[in-house]
Amino acid sequence: MATVVAVIASTHHPFYYKASTATGEDRRPFADEWVRKITAFRETLTRARPDVLVMVGSDHFHQLWLDNMPQFLVGKAPFYDANFYNEEREFGLPRMLLKGQEDLSAHILRAGLDEGFDLAFSNELRIDHSITCPIITLRPEADLPIVPIYTNIFAPPLPQPKRFVQLGQTIRDIVESWPSHLRVAVIGTGHLSLELGGPRQFGPHGPDPDFDRKAVEWIATGDLERCLAEVTLDSLHSPGNATHGFMDFMLMMGVAGAGQKADYVDSLDLFHTMEAYFTWYPNGVHQ
Amino acid sequence: MSKYLVDKFLYTVDRDPELVERYREDPRGTVTWWEAECANSVLNCHAGEASTWLRFTDEEREALAAHDHVALFSLGAHPFLTLTLFIAMFERDHGPLEYQKAFGARLAHFEMPYPDIAT
Repeated sequence: MATVVAVIASTHHPFYYKASTATGEDRRPFADEWVRKITAFRETLTRARPDVLVMVGSDHFHQLWLDNMPQFLVGKAPFYDANFYNEEREFGLPRMLLKGQEDLSAHILRAGLDEGFDLAFSNELRIDHSITCPIITLRPEADLPIVPIYTNIFAPPLPQPKRFVQLGQTIRDIVESWPSHLRVAVIGTGHLSLELGGPRQFGPHGPDPDFDRKAVEWIATGDLERCLAEVTLDSLHSPGNATHGFMDFMLMMGVAGAGQKADYVDSLDLFHTMEAYFTWYPNGVHQ
Repeated sequence: MSKYLVDKFLYTVDRDPELVERYREDPRGTVTWWEAECANSVLNCHAGEASTWLRFTDEEREALAAHDHVALFSLGAHPFLTLTLFIAMFERDHGPLEYQKAFGARLAHFEMPYPDIAT
């Protein structure tokens, strides 16, 4: 059976690409520290020597729209083109092409449906920065095949937080039941407190540093019990109007497993939002 | 109330470079044209298979025609869509992050809970 060699949860910051490649007057003062932290974070994936990446993210009204909105969707295609015109325009993100691991997509869809998740699927999916940001930060060669999994954290009504956790637990079981010798890393990105298009946006820190501190503690210690006790669909409005993206972190806590302490934890307090990086090695680091 | 249609306007304009410029330069004309010609398009269907019932309320039409992002927020337009499109149109006229900060400051009178964005 396949092995889950790393579970990685991260914020996705679309400005990283531009910040890390800028030179001269355009280079922001925080860029060097950010690049150092990302480079160290990248090593946590590299050392796990993955063959395949399962990538959890959320479409930002690019391909998925309100006339036909899935809650959880799995891509099943041989290739995925990536990034959209408005992401090139606002963030300077490059167009990309990623290979798909179609047999693992098929396995996840079949097993997910059988386990009680009525997953939607897409045979032609253009992926956006929720998935390309972690490719850029963690695997800039973009050379590994992926299975993209999209969640709806964006267009209410949303699934309950516990459903994200359950899906994460199920993804872990499903990947480990995949009849393959391949080494799989499961990578998911979300947000800590975040405000977009509201009065608290683009402040000197994330909109709710207290929430961020608690959230990092929950994730780092795998404290799903406390996290689920405190986080509801209603409560997530309070730290910032885009904070429902935290549920993708909860999904990744489900993949890592309740009570599992992260093997690697780092964060960076930036303007607008806090960056946070977590890696678990379910079978140890030298595998 | 047709929050969905307001979001559909923001979404379809934002993804089209020519429409972004057209809406920046002629907001009222673009909104009038879009409501007449595009509002009822089902985005994933053949042009002949359009909807028949979608139109803005007067308040929504005026908010879009006036580039009034504060009114759009109060009407429950999806703030991500509004922000992304308005950055595309107006960030170029300002210094780094200046427009984004001013955008937030103009919304400072809103308290929790914010207007409902569910469609």
